[in-house]
Amino acid sequence: MSTQQAEKPATKVRLATVWLDGCSGCHMSFLDMDQRLLDLAPFIELVYSPLVDRKEFPESVDVTLVEGSVSTDEDIPKIRKIRKRTKILIALGDCAVTGNVPTMRNPFGTEAVFDRAYNENAQLQRQKPTLHLPTLLERVRPVHEVVKVDLFVPGCPPPADAIHYVISELLAGRTPNVGSVTRFGR
Amino acid sequence: MSTATPVVTLKIDGKDLSGRADETILDVCSENKIHIPTLCFLEGLSGWGACRLCLVEVKGTSKLLPACVTRVAEGLEVTTNSDRLQKYRRMVVQMLFSERNHVCSVCVSNGHCELQDLAKTLEITHIDIPYRYPKLPFDASHDLFRLDHNRCVLCTRCVRVCDEIEGAHTWDVMGRGIESRVIIDLNQPWGDSQTCTGCGKCVRICPTGALTRKGTGVAEMEKDDGFLPYLTKMRENQS
Repeated sequence: MSTQQAEKPATKVRLATVWLDGCSGCHMSFLDMDQRLLDLAPFIELVYSPLVDRKEFPESVDVTLVEGSVSTDEDIPKIRKIRKRTKILIALGDCAVTGNVPTMRNPFGTEAVFDRAYNENAQLQRQKPTLHLPTLLERVRPVHEVVKVDLFVPGCPPPADAIHYVISELLAGRTPNVGSVTRFGR
Repeated sequence: MSTATPVVTLKIDGKDLSGRADETILDVCSENKIHIPTLCFLEGLSGWGACRLCLVEVKGTSKLLPACVTRVAEGLEVTTNSDRLQKYRRMVVQMLFSERNHVCSVCVSNGHCELQDLAKTLEITHIDIPYRYPKLPFDASHDLFRLDHNRCVLCTRCVRVCDEIEGAHTWDVMGRGIESRVIIDLNQPWGDSQTCTGCGKCVRICPTGALTRKGTGVAEMEKDDGFLPYLTKMRENQS
């Protein structure tokens, strides 16, 4: 999209954001773009996000930012559907990119984690929660081990400046040089 | 410079350069401001050739050679950077990340880590090799220091500094291949070691968050390896 076109966009870019197993810090960092969100708003339609009220992931999304790792049995069909309906899928933040903190349970296994949280450290009603909850996978995985990822934006969370740079570059039709603005653990 | 050591001329990246015959390719490169990425190498310690990041191409051999342990020779033609070398260097760093549990965001060495820096300079934004997630122990039995095998890259800097500089040889390596691990004495808790002098040199030169000072939290552990060349020089002058 050239700057001339960008001033009066014919069609807005359809952007979605998704929250898998993460702390929501990447979404907070997205919001930390502050007033720059207003500058982006004319060019973007936020079609699905924890920040808006749509329940079903829509068809034909241009860009999806994925926060979080693939951690439950629900996450797998969810991310596959999102991949099918998205042109450019971006792994946003270390959990999506590397697995990060959620993968720290991998060497121990989910049973050990449940035991620590709901038995060992619980004061009342020691029991493993099952009702209405997805099953934890035995192994947490970064997004690209499950579906194809087009762009990786590491960081914990990626700085708002980095997210703004990535979105701006994509809006301008360029491939962002992510390594210049963030790194693992940033 | 010793007059007994002959000087050789060689070509590095198309440039005609000279060096002493007892120098390595890496020595001559750093004298001439040619940057080669390294990890296990540390000025002041013997070369080890463990990490394979400093691999270079040498004309006449199809094998890639580690610059830190390959001596220069008359007429050598060396290439320090190529698509092939970059490919292998990126692969090495990715294998190091996938081999153990490097969780940068919660690591005490976050922001002061040579593995992290290498990922950045080699423009690695994700790891293509499946992660292994091994279950590894953590030793906090020493009064001052911690050993976290999850972050160790087996560079053996700790082994070499303890043996060559401190003269204690508390550290060593046990096991083979992917099962290798650094150990204290005969694989015992650090706090029980009879040989460790508590000098902390190993902690100061560890490139990652494997050896750290107690009391440091996330991103608070800064390394300091600048003392080593001076210490080595001083001792050379004494002997």
